[in-house]
Amino acid sequence: MDIATHVFSALYQFGDAFAFLVLSACGLAVIFGMMGVINLAHGEFIMCGAYVTAATVHAGLPLPLGILAGTVVSALVGVLVELAVIRHLYDRPLDTIVATWGLSLIATQGTLIMVGSTMAGVGTPFGSFQVGDYSYSIYRIVLFCAALGVLAALYALFNWTRFGVLARATIQVPHMAAALGVDTRLIYSLTFACGAGLAGLAGGLYAPTMTLVPTMGATFIMEAFVTVVIGGADVFLGTAPAGGLLAIVKSGMTSWQGQLFGQIGLLVAVIIVVRVLPKGISGFVLRERT
Amino acid sequence: MTGFVSFFRRLEGPQTVGRGPAFWSLFAIVLAIGLAYPLFSDGYTVGNTVYFFVWVFIALSLCLIWGYGGSLSFGQTAFFGIAGYGYGVLTLNFGAAYGFTLIAFVAAVAIAALFAVLLGYFMFFGRIAGVFLGIVTLAVTLMLERFMAQTAGPEWHIGSARLNGFNGMSAMPPLTIPWPGEPIVLFADVGLYYFVLGLLVFVYLALRILMNSSFGNVIVAIRENPERAEMLGYDVRKYQLITFVIGAALAGISGVLYTAWGQYITPSSMGMTAAALPLIWVAVGGRSDLTSTVVGTLVVLAAFQALTIYGSQYALVFMGVLLVLTVLIAPNGLVLGAMNWLGRLAARLTRRAS
Repeated sequence: MDIATHVFSALYQFGDAFAFLVLSACGLAVIFGMMGVINLAHGEFIMCGAYVTAATVHAGLPLPLGILAGTVVSALVGVLVELAVIRHLYDRPLDTIVATWGLSLIATQGTLIMVGSTMAGVGTPFGSFQVGDYSYSIYRIVLFCAALGVLAALYALFNWTRFGVLARATIQVPHMAAALGVDTRLIYSLTFACGAGLAGLAGGLYAPTMTLVPTMGATFIMEAFVTVVIGGADVFLGTAPAGGLLAIVKSGMTSWQGQLFGQIGLLVAVIIVVRVLPKGISGFVLRERT
Repeated sequence: MTGFVSFFRRLEGPQTVGRGPAFWSLFAIVLAIGLAYPLFSDGYTVGNTVYFFVWVFIALSLCLIWGYGGSLSFGQTAFFGIAGYGYGVLTLNFGAAYGFTLIAFVAAVAIAALFAVLLGYFMFFGRIAGVFLGIVTLAVTLMLERFMAQTAGPEWHIGSARLNGFNGMSAMPPLTIPWPGEPIVLFADVGLYYFVLGLLVFVYLALRILMNSSFGNVIVAIRENPERAEMLGYDVRKYQLITFVIGAALAGISGVLYTAWGQYITPSSMGMTAAALPLIWVAVGGRSDLTSTVVGTLVVLAAFQALTIYGSQYALVFMGVLLVLTVLIAPNGLVLGAMNWLGRLAARLTRRAS
């Protein structure tokens, strides 16, 4: 009995950490893996999703529709950003980092000016349940399922749809895809919008669990980057296993020494993995395969 | 006389803009104005100018690593913070007597450099490059900020120095030069001004010599094409590591001077915004040249301060817009573009005159 509750507690914390890592990273991973662009404004897209979700829920919509609205608005903002800025910088990857960082400054400070230093939050739905001596939030379980769902949906999108095939062709040999009649600019726009929308989805899903402040993106961004760095350029072979590995490190260190050591554990894991596998887990897997 | 000329030779080269008598007489005029400036100003304004100068070192470090070396590092503020905290901890424990503040200065910069050796070893010998380098250094910086922000409790202390969590450390002694009779305390006005100005000129000239030496040429070669540099027999990793460590030491100098200037240091000096600002100065100034970095940093800092006074909350938005526009329209930097234009203009005028 006692062992079973401990095991459940460990599994729950692992699932919680896994969901957080995968959901916050997948938008970044799609944009990086497909386009080679690091979007430093990723955290601000998450913030955008969370704010829109909260605003629509306050306006009377049910939470799932609010999350959907957050996702869609983030994706639309993503299209605008791609058209205005990112499009001009594809041949200068380092400059996209700098430019998106500028965007993130504008977004954070702009939100602070327009909306104020905090926004009224949304209550966590579903309540909690009891296992042994501890109570657990049902919503965390929902988040874990959402993370798995997002991974499955991405797999389906990039493997079974026409857009997915064209996108992968564009990523592999851009000029060849263009020669075969693929509108590569449109594909890049849509991919960026997809990544931004995923960030908005993460923001919407986590909106009920945290305080909404303009700098909330920063709480996600380190975990997202760490997962993408360890995972490498492929969402399925990289992000998912990296999320699993890091979730073990994070939940283990957190329950052993507290939140901060969970994050230090992440950082140490990154530095070690990067030293051993410079191209991330997916690079390692793909090299083994060929 | 020949020694003097050969000294100037080593200051000029393909890696730095500005050469010949015209440039150096302009340099001498600017330096003379800088030296005479405190005579025509009050202590408060001079102290404020020192604050600008303090940041130039971290900008130069980013110029070295990013502009010349081609590796974008967000970690400069981490080294800034480490050296700042290092200075605070050392001086709060051992006091300021016998010129110890200067020893603490050197030791704090050395600590930052040592940390850079450790981090740089894992990164460069792990062959991390490009965008990944930026992410890893950013993660390290944010990590350090979070770590320092949670050290509020009394259990977090080094010797007798409390770390004080988010409020940061304060009340460390200012830099003090031991002097027979009475030691000279460099408070944040004229004394510190001359000290920092001297250090700045020294660092600027030393970096010019370094970048125009064969070492500098190899660094630029690695930026342009790492594989080719490697084929030519240079150990790319070693050169990158050395550049990174020199950069970390420069950022550390900034950190120590900042801590000594305001006699406080807080974790937010390592946060996201703090890490973004040097990037903006260097990008707007022109990252691939030392002179344009110095000029750009001073101009943007002065503009930023003016904006914070008159348009307080919009200043950061404006900085973000400035950064995005610079990247889109003038990727080499505004000051560097202006300097190159002036150089071409001067060349055309001299040709017409002859």
